[in-house]
Amino acid sequence: MAPQKIILRFGKDIADRPIIYRLVRDYDLVINILKANVDQNKEGTMVLELTGDNCDLGLAYLKTQGVRVQPLAEDVFRNEEKCTSCGVCTDICPSGALYIERSTMEVNFNSDNCIVCQICVKVCPVKAMEVRF
Amino acid sequence: MAIEKTYAEINEKIKSGRAVVLTAEEIISLVEEKGISEAARSVDVVTTGTFGAMCSSGVFLNFGHSKPRIRMQKVWLNGVQAYSGIAAVDAYLGATELPEDDPCNNNYPGEFRYGGGHVIQDLAARRPVCLRATSYGTDCYPRQEIETVITLDDINEATLFNPRNSYQNYNCAVNLSNRTIYTYLGMLKPGLGNAHYSSAGQLSPLLNDPYFMTIGIGTKIFLGGGVGYVAWNGTQNFPEIQKDAAGKGYGPAGATLSVIGDLKQMDANWLVGTSMLGYGASLTVGLGIPIPILNEEVMRCVAVTDRDLYAPIVDYSEAFSQRIPGNLGFVSYAELKSGKITVNGREVPTAPLSSYPRARQIAGILKNWIEQGDFLLTEPVKLLPSYKDNISANTLKIV
Repeated sequence: MAPQKIILRFGKDIADRPIIYRLVRDYDLVINILKANVDQNKEGTMVLELTGDNCDLGLAYLKTQGVRVQPLAEDVFRNEEKCTSCGVCTDICPSGALYIERSTMEVNFNSDNCIVCQICVKVCPVKAMEVRF
Repeated sequence: MAIEKTYAEINEKIKSGRAVVLTAEEIISLVEEKGISEAARSVDVVTTGTFGAMCSSGVFLNFGHSKPRIRMQKVWLNGVQAYSGIAAVDAYLGATELPEDDPCNNNYPGEFRYGGGHVIQDLAARRPVCLRATSYGTDCYPRQEIETVITLDDINEATLFNPRNSYQNYNCAVNLSNRTIYTYLGMLKPGLGNAHYSSAGQLSPLLNDPYFMTIGIGTKIFLGGGVGYVAWNGTQNFPEIQKDAAGKGYGPAGATLSVIGDLKQMDANWLVGTSMLGYGASLTVGLGIPIPILNEEVMRCVAVTDRDLYAPIVDYSEAFSQRIPGNLGFVSYAELKSGKITVNGREVPTAPLSSYPRARQIAGILKNWIEQGDFLLTEPVKLLPSYKDNISANTLKIV
């Protein structure tokens, strides 16, 4: 079964609870945390990859706990006409989605590994990395 | 017998379609296989290329005269100011100029999404550009304000004139501090988190003619997708042989070129507006130089590989900004291109700023032009200074 990518938002009242742990123990789901952040208001955001037969039950559980769930609709996209394969994004990209093919020194983008942190969008000198909603 | 060829002989071969032309990458395996003498005998021209951010770039423009006339005192193109302290409707637009309302680093790190380099790319792409100018008005130039739209084809001249391009070699930048820094060599992560370099290495023009045996004033080159010429040495032209503290040599560095060409025959693919996060706007320039194989010594130079070329590793959190001499050692371009180097005993990931694939393409295009007989070589009016001239840098004293 293909993993689902979702964004979870935790209010400050629930940010300290072990909710994700229950997805694993009670619903037997495989989780892969791509990104997690708690801001100064103690509100949490998490980008999660979810795999398993009980995904729907797990998502229903999250909603009962007050977690707002939305599919990961943002995508980082490489505009190949603009990209000059300079390579400066490749050691900034935290997940290895952007990398250099050493034999040719061309920059490649494997969007499956992208965690949508969007650092590349900021550092790309020719603005070839774009966010799509 | 020593091999000696003249520019005239090589040009005759180009005209008759008999010239043997290889790129600076292709020549490496030929020399490894056949040796310097045989390669020098069989090859006539080796082409080089580089595609990197070159801040010291800009364009002289002449807009033509409006009715009534204006002696432009201040000029803006798409909101980016051009220098107009020259004749009535002439201006020089620099690649790093920013719109006056750009927040710069007030919103750190600034994004610098649009600047002079982007205007140059827009002009080269034949996109309409808004021209605004103001003046005090004179008897012969009464108009005080003008706002209109131009394209590259509407104006009289657009002469790309870049005072400092094609750096022979460059630092490999690292960050020893404990905070992320934003430099002209990109975003450098704290505690030796990454290392950035910017050179085409074995394809780079001035690393293939390190002693200036062929490149000089008047050398015809690939510039921005069209034809250009070497105008002069670049600013901050300090050719040297790099040495470590023990006196061991690490090859050439320090030379620069000033280049010129008609923007109207260039191409927006090879002049790309560039935004360095937290640093500023710039222009990425495609530049390639053909090297005539006049003798074996020239061939020996163009046969250089990434294994033989070195960049000094420099800390940009302090040593660079505070102008503290010395470095953290030298590293070869072969190591830099492998994706990791060792600095202070630590493995550090590397990334380039100048595009090696684009450099390879430029060397290939130039090779093609010469093979087609479209591009003849020019003998320089005067060769440029080399490390033997011992040019030393002046620093700015605060009195």
